[in-house]
Amino acid sequence: MINFSQINLVWLPVLPLVVIATAAMVVLLVGVRVDDEESDGLGWLALASIVIALVLALGIFGQSGIAFAGAIAIDSFSAFFELSILIAAALTVLMSLDYADEHRLPGAEYYSLLLFSVLGMMLMATASDLIVIFIGLETMSLAVYVLAGLLRRDPRSSEAAIKYFLLGAFSTGFLLYGIALIYGATGTIKLVAIHAALTGPLLSNPLLLLGLGLMLIGFGFKVAAVPFHMWTPDVYEGAPTPITAFMAVGVKIAAFAGFLRVFMVQLGPASAAWTDVMWAISALTMTVGNMLAIVQSNIKRMLAYSAIAHAGYILVALTAGGPQAGGAILYYLLGYAFTNLGAFAVVVALERRGAAGDQIADYRGLATRQPLMAAAMAIFLLSLLGIPPLVGFVGKFYLFNAAVHRGFVGLVVIGVLNSAASAYYYLSVVVAMYMQEGGFLEETRRSRPALVAAIAIALIGTVLIGIYPEPYFTAAGNAYQSAMSPEEVHAATAMAP
Amino acid sequence: MTVEFPALTLILIFPALGVLYNLFLGYRTGRGAVSFVGPAVMFVAFAVASWAFYEIMVMPPGSVLTYSVWGWIEAGNFHTSIGLRIDALSAVMTMIVTGVGALIHLYSVGYMAHDEDFARYFTYLNLFALSMLILVLADNLLLMFVGWEGVGLCSYLLIAFWYTNPQFAYNGRKAFIVNRIGDAGFLLGMFTLIWALSQHGAWSLDFLTLKARASDIASTTLVGTTAATVAALLLFLGATGKSAQIPLYVWLPDAMVGPTPVSALIHAATMVTAGVYMIARLNFLFVLAPAALMVVATIGAVTAFFAATIALVQPDIKKVLAYSTISQLGYMFLGVGSASFAAGIFHVMTHAFFKGLLFLCAGSVIHALEGEQDMNKMGALRTKLPITFWTMLIATLAISAVPPFSGYFSKDLILEAAYESGHTALWILGVITAGLTSFYMFRLIFMTFFGESRVDHEKEHHIHESPPSMAIPLIALAVLSSVGGWVGLPEGLAWGDAFARFLAPVVGDFKPLVVGNPAMLSLVATSLGGIGIIVAYLFYIRLPGLPVILAWRLKGAHQLLLNKWYIDELYNFFVTRPLFWFSNTILNRGVDHYAIDGAVNGAGLTVETTGEAVRRVESGNVQHYAFVYLLGVLGVVAYYIYLVIH
Repeated sequence: MINFSQINLVWLPVLPLVVIATAAMVVLLVGVRVDDEESDGLGWLALASIVIALVLALGIFGQSGIAFAGAIAIDSFSAFFELSILIAAALTVLMSLDYADEHRLPGAEYYSLLLFSVLGMMLMATASDLIVIFIGLETMSLAVYVLAGLLRRDPRSSEAAIKYFLLGAFSTGFLLYGIALIYGATGTIKLVAIHAALTGPLLSNPLLLLGLGLMLIGFGFKVAAVPFHMWTPDVYEGAPTPITAFMAVGVKIAAFAGFLRVFMVQLGPASAAWTDVMWAISALTMTVGNMLAIVQSNIKRMLAYSAIAHAGYILVALTAGGPQAGGAILYYLLGYAFTNLGAFAVVVALERRGAAGDQIADYRGLATRQPLMAAAMAIFLLSLLGIPPLVGFVGKFYLFNAAVHRGFVGLVVIGVLNSAASAYYYLSVVVAMYMQEGGFLEETRRSRPALVAAIAIALIGTVLIGIYPEPYFTAAGNAYQSAMSPEEVHAATAMAP
Repeated sequence: MTVEFPALTLILIFPALGVLYNLFLGYRTGRGAVSFVGPAVMFVAFAVASWAFYEIMVMPPGSVLTYSVWGWIEAGNFHTSIGLRIDALSAVMTMIVTGVGALIHLYSVGYMAHDEDFARYFTYLNLFALSMLILVLADNLLLMFVGWEGVGLCSYLLIAFWYTNPQFAYNGRKAFIVNRIGDAGFLLGMFTLIWALSQHGAWSLDFLTLKARASDIASTTLVGTTAATVAALLLFLGATGKSAQIPLYVWLPDAMVGPTPVSALIHAATMVTAGVYMIARLNFLFVLAPAALMVVATIGAVTAFFAATIALVQPDIKKVLAYSTISQLGYMFLGVGSASFAAGIFHVMTHAFFKGLLFLCAGSVIHALEGEQDMNKMGALRTKLPITFWTMLIATLAISAVPPFSGYFSKDLILEAAYESGHTALWILGVITAGLTSFYMFRLIFMTFFGESRVDHEKEHHIHESPPSMAIPLIALAVLSSVGGWVGLPEGLAWGDAFARFLAPVVGDFKPLVVGNPAMLSLVATSLGGIGIIVAYLFYIRLPGLPVILAWRLKGAHQLLLNKWYIDELYNFFVTRPLFWFSNTILNRGVDHYAIDGAVNGAGLTVETTGEAVRRVESGNVQHYAFVYLLGVLGVVAYYIYLVIH
């Protein structure tokens, strides 16, 4: 009898990656022969590959081991993040199909770059050494830089790409330097080995501490934490809206996957050295994000600052640490993916090329013109604000609850106050939609079933995962636990061929 | 025996589907589809409920069907789930809610046929039934509270259904607010229970846990008495709101402005019986709180009497029925307050039959007279509305407790229980009320169907009997009102009190403290009822001038009753106006305007100013961005250098 567990061990966990990588190249090659106005087929191809990868990723749940000489971790942690990323990618493709046509985006480049960035994200989620994390991060980032600038006729888009690229390159330097210093301090790039090495005098090794700090900065940039956030609003505003959504969700999830695995899981023993810095960054991120969101008049910029604020909430749990916080972050990111993508999908639906539509004032009276769209938007915004029983509330509750349990009451108070303040800008959109008149009269247009499907799926996720959180939260908790015990992972590796 | 029974969810799913359908597709697919879907979902729910009822019947006594849908709230040690439970008690209630509810839905199809908001009406009606079913099927107090709030909301929506009339909208609000006062009591009662249980290491509101831990609750002291008494009294406050008892009954008469089938639904199948059901459900708690039970019985008897006196003189046909409901609910509370929970629930059931029927008949009369509700403008309708007349007469005989109609058996059991638990004074009050009841009910019959026609001339020739969709529910309920009481015969007669035996595993047996002679007790009450009918006959058929003379002679008393003991005015003077003054002068102008608005505007201004200032940094210039980034880097690096040095 063949022992499948041995055969699968190497290939099964990377199959989703292989599928996405292959699909990206196929889309690129086939796409050369496809007109920009008829890129739908490429989009569906991309979507199909994402769905296949999603199914394959489900198979990784509950497994445990290490592949490719310790470069790839096979655990529920990877699986959970891969699922979240793939869901975000699928929704992004759905909302891109019509958008890409209407804005004459080059389909081959658009969908293949999207897939390449997904590949990078998934690599970050499964990586178990620092170099692979870095490769994943770069694969993702380079693709996203280009995607941000794909609206070639719009100067704001090119500006976004250049700014993102410059600052991104800048920040990559810090991350890489941090990795180098940690390698210098511990003599290894394997996360498991680093975890094992972090004892005694090494914990106060200046090389390690500085490396830690620089890595923190590098990840901080990717999750748009203050003060490394300045690029966010400009880039979010200029990029094609589906890509903005993808950045706000996909990039953030992937960055947190790396952040979480490196800091909470592997550098956990050295937590004393980074808790204070993280505390300060978290408090700053929440406060600055919310405060600036309040004064925005452009909905994409507002959502950009809102995304910053949400990174701050997640950092609260990251500061606190512990398995409870870990599970809470995973759950929160899953819910956040649905909610935020949904909100952006509504923005996409109301936007017109060359016309207005992305000002908050344009949303006035939307409830009478497009009641369903307005209702969906209201639900997404209320979830972002954290109103029960939507997923945003449950997620935030778990985050803050975990932090309170670890004694970070002060930080949670800041978080709750911030969350209350955020009501102002989320509700002002709801008020505009339901209680004001005027706004931007969009002409009747052909129906866009894919976009509507994206909104519907996001809506279902936002409501369902909020009302019935138990299985998702349990899965998130287990996923985090699966990455928590490197000793066990070690043991599994020893048994593998 | 406890059996997992997933089909229980269907009882909720079908009405829920009805709500969704009517809400989202009702206006698009038109009246025909709505008039099918609205009642159909209820009939399906009734079929499933019958199946569950049958299962309970064939299983050994004390069996339970349960289904846990999902875990709901996990907060620290406290956890509760969305779980459904059918035992003998909830089986009976579910049958009433779905069965009578389905008939009222069917009747509504005809009654509301000309209303333009047909779909909205059925959305609310389905939601009402759904909420009540959640309340009944819940296996814990918190889920019950969800249904409890749901019926409160739906009653508001339906009472104010014709919201363009400001008075109707006002009455809807009144019902909602008065209910909320009771709900606060319910909430505090739940908190008391959670607190008391947590003292003993239990964290749950499941009925099973509550039952198992009832003695713990009773042994916990709180404000000079036991936690059981405090919780029972607070929960009963909730019941007085929902079930329209003193002091919170004032919403119910005003609720008559809603469509008449809604009144039927509120009075017969849903809502007002919730309080009685809740007490019967928590019988194990109430028996350990004798003081609370005493309060329940007293309030019940006094309310029964008090409401009956008001009903004696009301000219509006629906108002008479409204006060009669309050009065009959008083009987039910007298029953459960005398620790005869089965008798209380028995009266809930028979009352559902005859009161549902009475309202539907009244609706039929009103429908025929194009909205006329004043009995002074009716009369001699007996030949013009034969089905309505005969069915309404049956219902009247039932509510007047004439044997062998259903009301006789249930009311008899309640009065017997009141006497045998030693509440002689309350028994006397109950017996007098029985006389008043048959008087005002036959007054209604005589004024509406007999004597000279006083109908407005132009309406006279429009009078027509109702369409079949309205007539069928009348006949079905008439049959139930006639024979529905036979499940609880006096002991020794045929199968005896099968109903009480069926419920006994859940609510316990009634244990008499004083031995009475059931036959004698029954005779007294029934004779008084008979006298009431004779007096009504004399007043309104033989000597029609007499009531007028009497009203003139006893002007003070008559005015007092006509104006409902001036209770609304008293509430207005002592509660509403001071409250309004306080809210407007102190809270609105003082606290809200100056303190809160000031603080909020101030905070808002601060944030905006700061935000604007910080936004300046957000210049769009990438060098600035890198500079701020670098500042952050320096901060972090400086911190680590500091860390290394120290």
